[in-house]
Amino acid sequence: MNEVLATSPGTQTAVARKRDIGEVLLQVDNISLRFGGVQALAQVSFDIRKGEIRAIIGPNGAGKSSMLNVINGFYQPQEGSLIWKGRRLRKMRPHFAAKEGIARTFQNIALFKGMSTLDNIMTGRILKMRASFLEQAFYLGRARREELENRAFVERIIDFLEIQHIRHVPVGKLPYGLQKRVELARALAMEPELLLLDEPMAGMNLEEKEDMVRFILDVNEEYGTTIALIEHDMSVVMDISDRVVVLDYGRVLADGTPDEVRNDPAVIEAYLGVQHD
Amino acid sequence: MDTLYSIFVEPFRQIAEAPLFFFEVLIGGLAAGVMYALVALGFVLIFKASGVFNFAQGAMVLFAALFFVGFIDLGLPIWLSLIITVMVMVALAFAIERVVLRPLVNQAPIILFMATIGITFFLDGFGQTIWGSDVRRLDIGIPEDPIFIGDMLLNSFDLFAAAVCGVLVAGLALFFQYTPTGRALRAVADDHQAALTVGIPLNVIWTIVWTVAGLVGLVAGVLWGAKLGVQFNLALIALKALPVLILGGFTSVPGAIVGGLIIGGGEKVAEVYWGPVIGGAIEDWFAYMLAMVFLLFRPEGLFGEKIIERV
Repeated sequence: MNEVLATSPGTQTAVARKRDIGEVLLQVDNISLRFGGVQALAQVSFDIRKGEIRAIIGPNGAGKSSMLNVINGFYQPQEGSLIWKGRRLRKMRPHFAAKEGIARTFQNIALFKGMSTLDNIMTGRILKMRASFLEQAFYLGRARREELENRAFVERIIDFLEIQHIRHVPVGKLPYGLQKRVELARALAMEPELLLLDEPMAGMNLEEKEDMVRFILDVNEEYGTTIALIEHDMSVVMDISDRVVVLDYGRVLADGTPDEVRNDPAVIEAYLGVQHD
Repeated sequence: MDTLYSIFVEPFRQIAEAPLFFFEVLIGGLAAGVMYALVALGFVLIFKASGVFNFAQGAMVLFAALFFVGFIDLGLPIWLSLIITVMVMVALAFAIERVVLRPLVNQAPIILFMATIGITFFLDGFGQTIWGSDVRRLDIGIPEDPIFIGDMLLNSFDLFAAAVCGVLVAGLALFFQYTPTGRALRAVADDHQAALTVGIPLNVIWTIVWTVAGLVGLVAGVLWGAKLGVQFNLALIALKALPVLILGGFTSVPGAIVGGLIIGGGEKVAEVYWGPVIGGAIEDWFAYMLAMVFLLFRPEGLFGEKIIERV
């Protein structure tokens, strides 16, 4: 058991972080999602509180990515609903999610591969721009001011994530680890209230993982951004998250602090199988 | 032996003998190529942003030209006719997005393609119902006199068309590269899902793309109309844009320009120098033959994205 879920010395150990975990930001209420005959999610309920780092874990095919896709409106669940800041939503749409400050990254990286790092991150500012089509075309007053302001904002993110040197490189040419970082930068450019990270450390080497952990913690601490992340590296999950929800076959198996989850018999059974006499 | 000589040697001897004439022919051809490129550009814009092959681009060229010449024939001044036609094309883009594209979102490309065939029939019919099917002369004062540049005799209309096209392409390139809307357009072209995540509204983007394609169609329609008269045949020049696209690649703006130039220049030169040997009318099939060769050896075109199949 402990080999799987225990903290490894490789990643930085969690210092007891003192932050304000506030009221419920998003309540996932009894969500069920089916694809034809496949039950991807079944009566899933949990909440995400303001300011916390919330991990969603589970074996492959447990419905973790589906859950994120429901939260930002890519999938429409057949049953249940989302309650965002106390408001029960009839339907979540990607555009609405973006406007409300829900940003995300993808498991397989969804960047604009032909565009430079800078341009990619600038797309995260699109909803902050108010200048009309014509003002932009002729680069008139407001368009110019907005472009400069947003560029300045993006430069701060670039500094923060230490990607100054790849500013003008088309992202398709970047190594995997850096692409993940650019994707995070684009999400941060949206000034998100809730940041959804789908396996932010998948396929990374130890050093890249440590960098990413540091960035995630910094984002959470400095900007107070609420983060929900899916991750397979248990040492990372147990280190950085405040609360963990465990999914298995589309159902909530356990929900609680890392310690509670680690010692939950159902979780142990799902991960390691149960011993038969 | 004689045939071989007249195909492989004689034309080049003629070119070497009168290089000035060769350049006149070539530049005339390139100018026609610019006009093909203009039509091809409309296809590329829509294909890039939505992955839809817009069969209706040729019909949009005719439609725009019909409205423009129609308003002029009603006695409106040219500038006013132009403004009204621009508004018509913008309205058309909104209507297409609302009535055709939005209900079909997430459908397979072939279904959207079929829908654009429907749009083609509608535009052809609707335009001619309103304005009639007579050939109309479009005279907006573009100079047509031959002029000498150095020792070369050139058609000033061709030069004018090339200049208009150059300005248009440069404008589009700047717009795409440096404005937030341009950035959003490129983003949508690159990855729909990621574009949705950062909050780019696909509907707005599609409306903009169809508007721009409509305006490019208007420019093409006015230039072709001034050259050939406004008539149903204008819709058929879209057929010449297809080989241009195959050469240049469906997703590349510079590709559309280069493809147009190669085909325009190539067919004129072939017609003048090889026409007498092979029997003329090379201009009519040269483009398609070139396209076929490209399909065999370089199906993604000169500048298109390489198709890599991962196994």
